[in-house]
Formats: sequence, C-alpha cells, structure tokens
Amino acid sequence: MSTENTIEHKIGKADLDGKQEYTITVYAENRIGLLNRIAIIFSKRKINIESLNSSASEIDGIHRFNIVITESYEVVRKLARQIEKQIEVLKVYFNTNEEIIWQELALYKVSTDEIAEKVTVERLLRQYGASAVVIRKDYTVFAVTGHREETDALVKALEPYELIEFVRSARVAIIKDSAGFHEKLKEFEAFEPGEELVENEFLDKGEKIFTM
Amino acid sequence: METAQDTIQQAEAKAETSKTLFKGTGSQVLLNGLIEEGVTTIFGYPGGAIMPIYDALYDYADKLEHILVRHEQGGIHAAQGFARASGKVGVCFATSGPGATNLVTGLADAQIDSTPLVCITGQVFAHLLGTDAFQETDVINITTPVTKWNYQVTDAKEIPEVLAKAFYIAKSGRPGPVLIDITKNAQLQVEEFPEYVKCNHIRSYRPKPKVRVEYIEQAAELINSAKKPFILFGQGVILGSAEQEFKAFIEKSGIPAAWTIMGDGAIPTSHPLNVGMLGMHGNYGPNVLTNECDVLIAIGMRFDDRVTGRLDKYAKQAKVVHLDIDPAEIDKNVKAEVGIWGDCKETLPLLTNLVNENKHEDWLARFRDYNQQEIDQVITPELYPQSDEMTMGEVLRNINEICGGDAVIVTDVGQHQMVACRYAKFNNTRSNITSGGLGTMGFGLPAAIGAKYGAPDKTVIAIIGDGGFQMTPQELGTIMQFGAAVKILILNNRFLGMVRQWQQLFHDKRYSFVNITSPDFVALAKAYYIEADKVDERTNLRKALETMINHEGSYLLEVMVGRENNVFPMVPQGMSVSEIRLK
Repeated sequence: MSTENTIEHKIGKADLDGKQEYTITVYAENRIGLLNRIAIIFSKRKINIESLNSSASEIDGIHRFNIVITESYEVVRKLARQIEKQIEVLKVYFNTNEEIIWQELALYKVSTDEIAEKVTVERLLRQYGASAVVIRKDYTVFAVTGHREETDALVKALEPYELIEFVRSARVAIIKDSAGFHEKLKEFEAFEPGEELVENEFLDKGEKIFTM
Repeated sequence: METAQDTIQQAEAKAETSKTLFKGTGSQVLLNGLIEEGVTTIFGYPGGAIMPIYDALYDYADKLEHILVRHEQGGIHAAQGFARASGKVGVCFATSGPGATNLVTGLADAQIDSTPLVCITGQVFAHLLGTDAFQETDVINITTPVTKWNYQVTDAKEIPEVLAKAFYIAKSGRPGPVLIDITKNAQLQVEEFPEYVKCNHIRSYRPKPKVRVEYIEQAAELINSAKKPFILFGQGVILGSAEQEFKAFIEKSGIPAAWTIMGDGAIPTSHPLNVGMLGMHGNYGPNVLTNECDVLIAIGMRFDDRVTGRLDKYAKQAKVVHLDIDPAEIDKNVKAEVGIWGDCKETLPLLTNLVNENKHEDWLARFRDYNQQEIDQVITPELYPQSDEMTMGEVLRNINEICGGDAVIVTDVGQHQMVACRYAKFNNTRSNITSGGLGTMGFGLPAAIGAKYGAPDKTVIAIIGDGGFQMTPQELGTIMQFGAAVKILILNNRFLGMVRQWQQLFHDKRYSFVNITSPDFVALAKAYYIEADKVDERTNLRKALETMINHEGSYLLEVMVGRENNVFPMVPQGMSVSEIRLK
C-alpha cells in the first residue's frame, strides 16, 4: 500500500505565530560529535526537537538526519543556515509537511488474553493497518507505520485493553521534490564551487527546495 | 627510452620514499606540522596529559618559540592578540582537564570575533576516556559550541591530516577557533608518517562561494540610484585583507562609511569618508543617519545588537545590501534587499566596477553637521576637560599626539574600551585589538602580549581599566620572563566604570558592588621587575606617557581619571539608534 493512497496529506497550517511543523533534512559526514553539534544549535535557542532520526542516506558514508520541529519559517531558515555552517554538514533542506512523504513506526505490546477476549485481533489489524509482529501466550506486539495521528489513534483504541508498552520511532521523511544527493555530492567533491552550489534564496526565491 | 613500466616503477619508488619520510612520535609529527604551517610562536602551559608534546618541544627550541604564560586563559588571549595583529593563525597549548577548561573563555571570544586559532590540548590515554581519570574532562563536548571545529585524536596516524584540516578551517571562510584534543597515547605513539600535506579542500565545507554577478548587479543598481547611501563596515574587511578594495569602493562611490568596533582601523581614521563609529557608544551622525539613509550597505559586519539598538526601529526606511562571507549572517538580524555571499576581497572590486563615481556632498555635510554637534557637546569637553579631574579621552588624545596613529592599541572591556575605540587614531589596519563580541574583561593584558609577538616592530599599548586588569594580572609574569615590550596603561577610576554608568543612568544611582579597590599597581609591576609610574595630576600626564612609550622595554603607567565620568553619546539599551543621547 502506498502512503499516497492511504494517507491524506494535510496542508500544513501555520498557527498565529506562523509556527508549523517543519522537517529538516541534513546531509552530513558520519562523524562522532556531529549530532551534538547539531543538537546544540536547537538547545542554544531553547527550541525543542520533536523528533530526530539519524540514518544512512542514499550515498555510502553520508549520513542523513531528519529533525522535526514546530517553528516559524524565519526561525527554521536561520536554524538551517546555522546547521549548514557546521564544517561536516554538506547540505540542509527544510520542508513543510505537504512537501514531504513521511512515516513513523509504532510498536504496541498488549496482553494477548485481553485482546483475544475483548476485541478481535483481525478488526484491529484491518482498521489501523497494524500487523502483528509477535504473538505469544502472554502478549502480542503490533506494529503500525504511519503518521502521528494514526499511531496515536491506535493508542487510544488499545487503552481499554491494557496497553503494556508503547514506543514510536522518529519521523523519517523523503522530500517529494528532491532528486537525491548523488549529483550534489559531485559538486561538493569538485575543487572549485560550481554555479549550482551557490544558488541561494536571495536570487532563487520560490525555489521549491531550500538550498544556499 | 623509458618504458611505461619504468615510469610506474619510478613513481612507486618516489611514493614509497615520500610515504615514509618521517619516523617519529605523534608529538614530533605535530610540531613538524606546525612548522609546515608557518607557525613560529606558541603560547602555552604544560601539564600531565600534554607532557609528550612538551618533551618533543624541548628539541624544537630553535624553530618554535614557546611563551610560557601564567594561566591558560592568558595563553589563548595572547594567541588571539597574535592572530589579530599578524593576520596569521594563533596557536596555543594546554593540558587536559583544568588546562583545557581554562581555554573556554578565549575560545568563545575567538568564535564570536572570528579569530583564527588552533588550540592543542592534551587528553588522558585513550583507554582511560570516560573513566573520570585524573584531569579528564570532556573537552570536545565542552568546547563544541565555542569552536568552529574540534576533533579528538586517539591515534597518531591521524595527526598530520587533522592538523592540516585545523589550519585550513581556522583561517578560511569566516575564520574561527579550532581545537584538537590529543590523547597521551597518540602523542607517544611511534609511526612512519608521510610528508605533510596542507589541506585546501574539504568536501563538506565551502569557505567561500563562486560569486554570482547577478547580486552584484542588483546591488550596484540600488547604490547608483541612492540619494543617501551609507556604508557600515566591520572586521570582514580586515579578515579578508580587503582594505585596499574597500578604500577603492568608497572613494569611487563617494559614500560615507562608518565602522563597528571590530572594523576600526580598516581605513585610516583621518580618511574623509570615514564618518566614525557605530553603535551604543558610537558617533552621533552615523547612528542618527542610519535611520535616514535610503540604501544601507553592510560590509563584513553582522548587525550585532550593540550596533543596531532596537531592531524594529533600525533602518526601516533603507534598502539593505549585505556583503558577507558567512551566509548565515545574511538576513539573520536585518533583512537584506540584496545579499551578496562572498569574500569581500572578490566582491568589492566587482561592485566598484559597476558603481557610478559620485560625491554625495550634501549627504556628507549632514554627517559633518552632526559631528560638529558632537564635537561641541561631547568630544571637546572629553579631550580638553576644564575640570581638574583627568578624563580617559585626554589620555587618548595625548597618545594620538605622541604616536601619530601608528601604535597598536589593545583594550580590555568597559568604559576605557569605548573611549579608546572612539578616540584612538589609526593609520594602519590590524591596529585596534579589542574583545568586541564577547566583551571579555581580562582580555587586554594577555592579548597585548600576543599582539607584540604578532607585530614586533609596532608600539603596542594595552589600555586597561582597574577592574579588567585585576582579572589577568598574572600575565605580568609572562612579560617579566619573556620581555614582551608591552606598554600597559591602566586608566583607574576606582570603579567598575561601565556598570557604574548604567547604575547611575538606569538604576537610580544604586551603586551595587561596582566600588572596586586596587592594589598598588606600580608596586605590583615592580614586583615583576617591570618599570612603572603613576600619574594623578594633569601636569605630569604628557611626560609620563612619553616616558612610557619611549621606554625600551615593557612599562606600566597608572593614570588616575575622574571617578564618575560617563561615556557619551549613548544609545540606551532597547532604544532606537536615532534616540542616541549626547548626555
């Protein structure tokens, strides 16, 4: 099932302060201490990181961070620049929810007896797109992949049935408009900066992808 | 005829020899690398975890001059002073634990003032990391927010490459401090090292971009259509060695230019287009007219809050052109109509080519009018006081008259700093060394020591308040031992003057803990075998200053100035630059 078919993308609505959810994508060298260097850029400004994921990227040796925060465009833009300024960071993008495809994974541990007695497993699986990862006599572990609201909904649904443990992963996101990093990396590896590298929003306002 | 096979064999043989040019310890290869990078002077302090490096240093005395400071904070401030005066990368050594944590203030100062430094700290053996070993601190994490880059070396094989990267990062792009933490085992480790190769490219780091001409064109168009253009320049002009390019730009365009305290000296004080100092204690005209200009051209400056005052009432009428090498600075505090990301050494000549020759006579006259008001109400009374009490300004006037603007002036932080920046005359760039962004009291004395090593042919005068001097007086010991001919001028008002001024103006004169007493500074200097004198009457001032400046070696002069003098003009905190007060 593709995400596009099952999930209706909500248009990110800015609140009164102009704050909305942004997903920051950071391409960086895989180096000890870099995560701290990036994290303190947020904590220095007393900004809470809602979700942070660190993983491999499409390119061997290059790391990709996904960071989710709720802030105004101006604040996020400045944060992105400060992150990109770090020596080992190659590139930073930031996107609103409508510009990305994202998923979170949640795991739920529930008493098998409760489930078997009070609610049919099949109904849960179907209704929430959950899959049973482990079924034991004493407990069952379900997994749901989706957006926050969806994984939250199942928490609610399971509350009456003794939810023993719940955990949710950080958001992972793909930028709809991104062509990936392979071509970009060639420019970074080139000795002289190319034209592409110096594109920035002063000239390229309206670019869908933030670059600078 | 050579066969291809021969050529390959030769190449391999050559590679083989160059690969194993040096066999030695990590410490030795570190010192070799410093020499390769052109380092001549190191400020440092030994200790347990950096002993192997100091042991190696013993054999390098002919190539590397090591100045033993009296405190690591003094060491790093000296390295800063050296870097600022010379334009080279400052280097300092410290041991692990307290040695390293004592560097933190200097790192923060260098970070905010973009000073290129490479700091080497010793660290406990790699196998002890994380065990709370003796003198172990998590130096990398402690210094992360205050370094441009830092790295922990646990294997000697990494040292040459990491050192090369450190120098490249410290001095390229927007300069800044770099710290390398080297575990003791890596310092001792014996390896065969390849030839030292300087770094000139890191794929994830782009110190400067290829300049986009479109922005230059847009900026030139704005500037050419401006009736009241105004230039603000900062240390970027000095760091980019673009003083000549900057001068050519202002002279062709005829635009008045004002400086941040970090940019002071980039063009001579006497230049007819130099209209003075920006910010809280800057000049009247530049502050007021910021809110009247139509195009504001900011060059290598970052719109610090001490420059802008209240931001939502700052230059709202103006279209802003911002030239900076750090893209994170453009649009950070003040929105730019045109942002030019690049090295001003490259961007300024391009802009100069496109701007029209102009004079802006009427507009310049406005600056002169405001200047005359400031001269009448503030400057003349400060430089030629009528009362018996001496002012800091008249001391500076005398220094200007004696040195003619050729001295390097290093200041500490506070009232004397503002007075020195306002009134000191500079003919040359890299002559004003001050802690601008961080405002570090205690910076002056050690930074002046470093500046003397960085500019040995210059007269270096450290102007310091009675409060600031008492933060790092131990560096008199460094002067005593190594003989840096620094002229130390203590302007003693027996108060923590700047805080007292604020308490007077904004806290109903509730003088809370600003009444500071001092030791006998003359006796203190003499205890360190440094010549010293004290002046408390105007009649002796000129001669005492001449004696200090003409003295062969280091010299300390204490001048007793008025207790409750204030620095004016002043833009009170939270007020707009156009609300600047003359009294």
